[in-house]
Amino acid sequence: MSTEPATLRATRLRPIVVATTIVVLLAVMLGSVLLGAIDLGAGRVLGEIVAELTGGRSPLSAREAAILWQLRVPRVVLGGLVGAALAASGAAYQGVFHNPLADPYLLGAAAGAGLAATIVIVTDPNAGAGLAGPVPLAAFAGALGGIGLTWLLGRSTGTSTATLVLAGVAVAAFLTAIQTFLQQQDTDTLQRVYSWTLGGLNTAGWQAVLMSLPYIGVGAIVLCFSGRLLDVLALGDEEAQSLGIRPVRVRIIVIAAASLATAGAVAVSGLIGFVGIVVPHVVRLLFGGSYRVVVPLSLVGGAMFLIAADVVARTALAPAELPIGVVTAFAGGPFFLVVLRTARNRLR
Amino acid sequence: MSRHLPKRGFRAVIGLFTLVGTVMVTGCASHAPAAPASTGSNAGSAFPVTVVAPGGNTPVTIATEPKRIVSLDASETRILFGVGAGKQVVAVDKDSDYPGAPRTSIDSTNPNVEAIAGDNPDLVITAYDNNNVVSGLQKLKIPVLKVNAPSNISQAYALWSAIGRATGHQSEADTLISKERQEIAAIVAKAPKPAKPLSYYYELDSTYYTATSHTFIGSLLAQFHLTNIGDPADSASAAGYPQLSQEAILKANPDVIFLTDGGNQGGQSAQTVAARPGWGTLTAVQRGDVFVLDNDQASEWGPTIDSLMQGVADDLAKAGK
Repeated sequence: MSTEPATLRATRLRPIVVATTIVVLLAVMLGSVLLGAIDLGAGRVLGEIVAELTGGRSPLSAREAAILWQLRVPRVVLGGLVGAALAASGAAYQGVFHNPLADPYLLGAAAGAGLAATIVIVTDPNAGAGLAGPVPLAAFAGALGGIGLTWLLGRSTGTSTATLVLAGVAVAAFLTAIQTFLQQQDTDTLQRVYSWTLGGLNTAGWQAVLMSLPYIGVGAIVLCFSGRLLDVLALGDEEAQSLGIRPVRVRIIVIAAASLATAGAVAVSGLIGFVGIVVPHVVRLLFGGSYRVVVPLSLVGGAMFLIAADVVARTALAPAELPIGVVTAFAGGPFFLVVLRTARNRLR
Repeated sequence: MSRHLPKRGFRAVIGLFTLVGTVMVTGCASHAPAAPASTGSNAGSAFPVTVVAPGGNTPVTIATEPKRIVSLDASETRILFGVGAGKQVVAVDKDSDYPGAPRTSIDSTNPNVEAIAGDNPDLVITAYDNNNVVSGLQKLKIPVLKVNAPSNISQAYALWSAIGRATGHQSEADTLISKERQEIAAIVAKAPKPAKPLSYYYELDSTYYTATSHTFIGSLLAQFHLTNIGDPADSASAAGYPQLSQEAILKANPDVIFLTDGGNQGGQSAQTVAARPGWGTLTAVQRGDVFVLDNDQASEWGPTIDSLMQGVADDLAKAGK
């Protein structure tokens, strides 16, 4: 079923790579805190950070400080969390399904979250499209529900991963059909559903960070530790079994962890495409195909990519917002073609 | 390009795109500049009349006074009843909430030509051409007046006049227009005029989409000498409805906030706005000048403009204190 991996250059993360990526991530975070829809002045922002650390006098007004600490910083943190969750989940799904096109929404997470958010918006007229209210919780439950339905359906019809992917397609189509039907019944709410679907980080605050951190954190830790198992799975189910690993159990654990992280991300940011596909492939091209390397580096790379993309979303049309999905797709689309061209030999 | 995209319009556009499966927003709803309200040699309410909707370019000839009118838009329904053509209306769409109007399940976002034709209309008035409903009705030889959302109050009055003319109520329409004009002038005259114009943020939804001064609602509010904090964010692609960055809203520090996503349109209120991170630092929040507008009034261009203006004037009187 599976051939010998074409590229398994590095199976361990070298300390220099870890140190470099962390330094780059911190630099990206700092840079994106300095930049925003309005110009607070890089020197004054640094002065504020120093003042906050040392208890000194801040150069910013109370409102400017609120912009920095209550809007911009949590938005950068949330962008990092969401990007990390989507990229690491994408990498894990690609490993589980032996499919370079797998992304975190593959198993019905997006359709499930969309349907649940729509049901809440349609039935509860007070539910806004932003973060306040029951929409994020519904989206979280819906994402997990969609994946759960796919899993049940896939298991009842066969055991191969291809069956599971096909079940995901069927579930997504079915749930989307229900969502469209509900929207057409209640066209007053179309705009709010649409706003939610477009996603983005414009409504981010610390509340969203706290809401998503537990799920993304747990999911990410489990995924980072499952790199070796994914490497073994890549050799094929029989080989894995001969090495004392139960492929079905590994798949359940990895899919559960990736789904938890994805659901946490979807709940606070809506649907943001391409991060989950593009980042793992960049990591693979740069550092090799071992999942012990790809999953943790995708985690960091996804954070970097989405934080950087959000800087563009925040500043390109300032003081207006550009939907972040436009930025990720604009950067991701062309790259995807390159990946497809090189995929034949280098990617599995 | 003159284009008005109130919530109702936004919804209709989205509905259309949902159906064709794309979310490209370019290339839609671009109308020719405003044209004279009506043309043709027939004066008064003598039929046949030839009417061109303001901003439109396809004349519609109506042979005899229409007796079975179908309206597919809430503003147009209100205008029909306002000009005294209510008795001629046999069916209105499900969003037309004018009291006593013959409401049906017709959905202007996803209209069905057969269902509309089933009411046997001799005139259909619609603001949107979803599902190609206009050409569908024309194939059945049913006269269709496709109106365009106005971008200022003059265009709205021209539209009222055209509807009056098309339905045989030209003089009532003229009376209605002059009455509305006087009432609005009186409301604006009485409104407080602070030495420094107040700035306002107009919220369409809780992801901070706004309407700038270049929209119909923005042009109405501009009569109160207000400055709109969304104006710098406008662009050709946003067409008057940009999504603002929260940072920009806080930086602009509006004196007044108008919400159209309150109540059953999104549940926002002065309390929810005050609870948003950082928003407690805003002058409007600290002074309690966050007001919920009636979403229907704020997104329509029928004869409820005076009520909307009165409500805004009352809010501004509070804010000025």
